[in-house]
Amino acid sequence: MLIAFLQRAVLQGIPLLFGSTGEILTEKSGNLNLGTAGVMYVGGISGVIGSFLYEQSHTDLNAFWAIFIPILCCLFGSLVMGLIYSFLTVTLRANQNVTGLALTTFGVGFGNFFGGSLIKLTKSDVPSITLSRTSLFFNKSLPFASNLGWFGKVFLSYSFLTYVAIAIALIMTFYLNKTRSGLNLKAVGENSATADAAGINVYRYKYFSTCIGSMVAGLGGLYYVMDYASGIWSNDAFGDRGWLAIALVIFAIWRPNMSIIGSILFGGLFIVHNYIPNLSMGDQELFQMLPYVVTIIVLIVISMRKRRENQPPACLGLNYFREDR
Amino acid sequence: MSSNAAIELKHITKTFGSIVANKDVSLTVRRGEILSILGENGSGKTTLMNMISGIYFPDSGQIFIDGKEVVIKSPRDAFDYKIGMIHQHFKLVDVFSATENIVLGLNDGKFNIKESAVKVKALADKYGFEIDPAKKIYDMSVSEKQTVEILKVLYRGADILILDEPTAVLTPQETSKLFDVLRKMKEDGKSIIIITHKLHEVLSLSDYVAVLRKGEYIGTVKTSETNESELTEMMVGKKIDLNIKREKPVNPVDRLVVKGLNCVNREGVKVLNNVSFTVRSGEILGIAGIAGSGQRELLEAIAGLQHLEDGDIFYNNPKTNHVDNLRDKTPVQIRELGVRLSFVPEDRLGMGLVGNMDIIDNMMLRSYKKGVSPFLERKTPKELAEKIIESLEVVTPSAQTPVRRLSGGNVQKVLVGREIAATPTVLMVAYPVRGLDINSSYMIYDLLNEQKEKGTAVVFVGEDLDVLIALCDRIIVIGGGTITGEVVGTEAKKEEIGLLMTKSSGGAKDE
Repeated sequence: MLIAFLQRAVLQGIPLLFGSTGEILTEKSGNLNLGTAGVMYVGGISGVIGSFLYEQSHTDLNAFWAIFIPILCCLFGSLVMGLIYSFLTVTLRANQNVTGLALTTFGVGFGNFFGGSLIKLTKSDVPSITLSRTSLFFNKSLPFASNLGWFGKVFLSYSFLTYVAIAIALIMTFYLNKTRSGLNLKAVGENSATADAAGINVYRYKYFSTCIGSMVAGLGGLYYVMDYASGIWSNDAFGDRGWLAIALVIFAIWRPNMSIIGSILFGGLFIVHNYIPNLSMGDQELFQMLPYVVTIIVLIVISMRKRRENQPPACLGLNYFREDR
Repeated sequence: MSSNAAIELKHITKTFGSIVANKDVSLTVRRGEILSILGENGSGKTTLMNMISGIYFPDSGQIFIDGKEVVIKSPRDAFDYKIGMIHQHFKLVDVFSATENIVLGLNDGKFNIKESAVKVKALADKYGFEIDPAKKIYDMSVSEKQTVEILKVLYRGADILILDEPTAVLTPQETSKLFDVLRKMKEDGKSIIIITHKLHEVLSLSDYVAVLRKGEYIGTVKTSETNESELTEMMVGKKIDLNIKREKPVNPVDRLVVKGLNCVNREGVKVLNNVSFTVRSGEILGIAGIAGSGQRELLEAIAGLQHLEDGDIFYNNPKTNHVDNLRDKTPVQIRELGVRLSFVPEDRLGMGLVGNMDIIDNMMLRSYKKGVSPFLERKTPKELAEKIIESLEVVTPSAQTPVRRLSGGNVQKVLVGREIAATPTVLMVAYPVRGLDINSSYMIYDLLNEQKEKGTAVVFVGEDLDVLIALCDRIIVIGGGTITGEVVGTEAKKEEIGLLMTKSSGGAKDE
């Protein structure tokens, strides 16, 4: 049962991992994108639209296209969201909080609108779209995993997107700590004026990190539909995972490698109520609060310890404009 | 001129609107030479250096580097000409290490912090800096941060270094260490320009001294052929008669007696050191000093905004004839007693007025506690606003115009007018004419004189020595947080005050 719990926790955690690594990259540039929930939602529905069209037009699915088309659509959808955010906050210098919240509202509305439209197109009697054929390709795991006992189950039994998520988090850790570009990006988020004076193109870094961050976060939405929900899209099923991803950024104290562990922990906390017998509905809801409670505790602890490295980027939430010094 | 001139300025002029910051300035610095630029506040030293480092662009004049005329349009260009400027305010990322800050934005091949750290260390050793390349900026003292800034420009291969008041933030020991380093750089063939207003530093360090006064270039002298009094005279110039009326104080009574004031700022640096003086009713007390010598902290201490380490401020209340110690009072209580502070900071709107609010609302900032009902009463403040606009000739479309849309002088009139309207018994003004044209300045002087005649004790912190001498009955001089002297306004000599200003007790005993 513990193995099953771990597997479920990973399944729950990976969308958060995508979301939080994307958001960490964004926040490192000083952009606080509270629109992550919307970005992930749009990422999910964009992938669904792509795979829906592909499934409808072909009876025999080619494994490569079945995976490639949804991912491409997902990346495109979330890139557009990132571009909207960057254009508004970096170029037009709109308030980041307002822009982010607007993007969340917009993203959820966008997803529900197209989700609802597709459901109507299928003329199905349940309010959901089933893309199980595509999902099968996404869910393929290593064939020999089941032969390796508990080790295979715990570490190797997942779909390829799971490993992609972990790889992205590790690559991002390397990028932020070991490359010149990563150092420049951190400087932009910490002290934009200093970075500017050092000859770093602040605007370009903000655009790139926000857009790439959004695309990573968007994959979280796609993972949710294709892996977690086995290819079934229904409106609002995504829930508040976007906000959990933002909470996870704080939990991971802006470190992508920390968010790998954090996401699985959050995933576990999110479903732990299913593994405790005899819980009433009310108690289940209380258990679902756990990830947020943990985030608050982490916030309190890092604020009390006052280690400068554990603080958010100093220019987080501030737009940069060279002339107002 | 000399063929080995590293950098040469010819007839540089720069204006900001109607204010002339630099007028016809010509300078030469050769390789292996240290040039000091000396001048009072607002004499255009920093503006001039900003033109060399690409932050400003001169209106006219030429800049030559190694004999070739160049155009420096941005800090990048300056960097390409191997010019490095160390600003007074550091540009460093706090959570980065020294090395990370030094290599930031550079593109010098393979990225390897460890190798860079070795190079930084070697560079530091060459000039005798003490630095730990892996230390984080937030763990560093001010002088260490300055070291990082200097290493940053050296690492980028700068040959011409400009230091803007580098010793302002250093202790005497750190200053002499810095000077040793600068001398080593000079031996290494670098050209160094150092901006300062501390005479003894100029004399001990530099080869030549260029003096600016009110934007004008006065001349360059060889340090070995000059002395303090000659430099002071060049710096402050001859006394100018300003024709500000000055009545004899009527029945002056001690209003504020400040005794043994000690203050430390947030960084733990001592900003006021055993300051004692008396403010009398019906007279204007001038406070002279180089900017940042503790004037602001002193006024804030009296207004109750600054925590006192030690000392007392006795206030002789004219209404009750009681003597209160302001030390135990909150800022609101102090204001109620009639002690008013009108501080005009560099950015004018920073303290005292809210830029986005209109004149009426800004009046209400000081009176909102008088209201009795939960609703705003805007009638009285409106009348006050209109009165100020009329009597002080504030140029504004209406009383409903946001303050930030007014020009600087009008903003100041609103600020000073509001404080005067409260019929204070002590009125403290700091730099009330900063950035004002002559007419507005005189209006402010008249206002202060009017208050003086009414028996108010006026404290006037000013920059322009001519004005201080013409306006004030007594002038105390503050230097490095201590009172370095007191002079009577009618007998004061500019040179005397100038010398007192630069005589800070904690000054570097270099060599």
